[in-house]
Amino acid sequence: MSKELWKGNEAIGEAAVRAGCDAYFGYPITPQNEIPEYMSRRMQEEHRVFVQAESEIAAINMVYGAAAAGMRAMTSSSSPGISLKQEGISYLIGAELPAVIVNMMRGGPGLGTIQPSQSDYFQATRSPGHGDGRMIVLAPSGIQEAVDLMQDAFDLADRWRTPVMMLADGMIGQMMEPIEWKQRPAQPPVDKPWAATGQADRGHTNFVTSLRLDSVDNEAFNQALQEKYSQIREQETRWEEIDCEGAELILVAFGTTARIALSAARKLRQEGIKAGLFRPITLWPFPSEALLKAATQPGVRAALAVEMSAGQMVEDVRLTLCGAKPVHFFGRTGGMIPEPAQVAQEIRRILKEGQA
Amino acid sequence: MSQIVYQRSAGLQDVETHYCPGCHHGIIHKLIAETLVELDLCGTAVGVCPVGCAVYAGNYLNCDFIEAAHGRAPAVATGVKRTHPYLPVFTYQGDGDLAAIGAAEIMHAAMRGERFTTIFVNNAIYGMTGGQMAPTTLEGQKSTTSQLGRDRQHHGLPVRMAELLSTLDGMAYAERVCVADMPSLHKAKRAIKKAFTLQMQGIGFTFVEVLSTCPTNWGMTPVAAGQWVKDTMTKYYPLGVIKDVEGTV
Repeated sequence: MSKELWKGNEAIGEAAVRAGCDAYFGYPITPQNEIPEYMSRRMQEEHRVFVQAESEIAAINMVYGAAAAGMRAMTSSSSPGISLKQEGISYLIGAELPAVIVNMMRGGPGLGTIQPSQSDYFQATRSPGHGDGRMIVLAPSGIQEAVDLMQDAFDLADRWRTPVMMLADGMIGQMMEPIEWKQRPAQPPVDKPWAATGQADRGHTNFVTSLRLDSVDNEAFNQALQEKYSQIREQETRWEEIDCEGAELILVAFGTTARIALSAARKLRQEGIKAGLFRPITLWPFPSEALLKAATQPGVRAALAVEMSAGQMVEDVRLTLCGAKPVHFFGRTGGMIPEPAQVAQEIRRILKEGQA
Repeated sequence: MSQIVYQRSAGLQDVETHYCPGCHHGIIHKLIAETLVELDLCGTAVGVCPVGCAVYAGNYLNCDFIEAAHGRAPAVATGVKRTHPYLPVFTYQGDGDLAAIGAAEIMHAAMRGERFTTIFVNNAIYGMTGGQMAPTTLEGQKSTTSQLGRDRQHHGLPVRMAELLSTLDGMAYAERVCVADMPSLHKAKRAIKKAFTLQMQGIGFTFVEVLSTCPTNWGMTPVAAGQWVKDTMTKYYPLGVIKDVEGTV
């Protein structure tokens, strides 16, 4: 199939349409505005639902309503807007509703900047909103992967009755790349007997709620949620390894930063320095088992986490390696993008200084 | 020979409610239930309940329900109605939920002319959290957060949501009613039925504000609370049709 040149945000919108998204609800914020703009036209063409909400809070609650009524619903935003959606994400988790949320991260805190960042890693992977919940977090490192993962995002959301976040950044949203629209086998429609669509002849009413006032019930629900999360960890963890075999140093990076780290590793190969790349694709569940295996191979002297933040994912790397290997960090923050030469220099320094 | 002269509406589930003695939520639920039955909507209706005393409305009414985050019911209902335009959709919200934390969501649902119905239960106080001041608390009225009485210099004056929302072009029908005596109750029933009927005709946003009691937090007997609605609340919140564009659209 021939390749087409697509801008990241628009490609993600088109991928959602092709993934069977029934309803899109959003609110403008840079650097993701091309998603609602694209969807406003495409969803109408497809006779599906597009609403520009009055706020990110309203948008996520419209998603909640459409999802509760059994539809494939999504929203998109960027960091400050995602902060506003945290309440709604917690309710989606509490009511076990499927939904897709795209975050084209920008530098914070506060209003920050519109330049790319990865500083919402904690917010996405720890406990979105309040409570003890988690959501699946997918981190594409390019537009082709973002497009491919959109289909997976909707499928995972339905399969596990959970919100799924596509965590990318302004770089992926704004750049253009050649992509291929892959023909994928259609997934069988997921039965949603719990949805509030009118009881008809079901014989009972459905009540979609996250309220379990009796704490005995609420603990039981939380335990079931944790059991679901164990299964997600077992079945849905994804990562990619490039040149990790025989490497002296394992770079750990996701999304845009993984590409920068890979450029650095390839540059160093020419100098005879062997650095491999371990790229988490699911940030939650974090691919701990695979990383531990890759980083404790004979010959590996250290791991280096590279991020566009002051150091967030590096905490998962440390938790994973737990002292088995030294863990280093290199990051640019506040909307600045690390250069491959800077990453390469950091690798040289770590290996030369014997800090490893 | 015995004859059934009154029985529980088929629009209600066969359970006891948790509402306090003298609270009007139960009566308002009954009027919605009767409306759903009379318009044959129990099999298709989707209700959205608020955070507040009516958080369990989905356990009491005989139709599908969704529990929304505090104040967000109009956004949730938008998500349901836009994806299922032929289903009757309604929100059931209290005054803290609708007029305070959810002011933006209700305003914009009305601005967009969302084709669902909102039943707004105004009892001039936060019930579930224990009697705090609401945007609808009357001047001079005591609450746990206005213990010396609501003071206009400090808190401003209460909001008339039905009138406010009726300034918006998307509002098709707004009426304020109460259920404190039988004639009022019949008018309230007619208003609720009309709102659902107009919704199904797709003419715009429909809104019924029901003045209600909170004897527990008002510190009154059920009888005195009902009387206070009629004598005091209706002076600031006049009953009647505020907007009705039927036939003009």
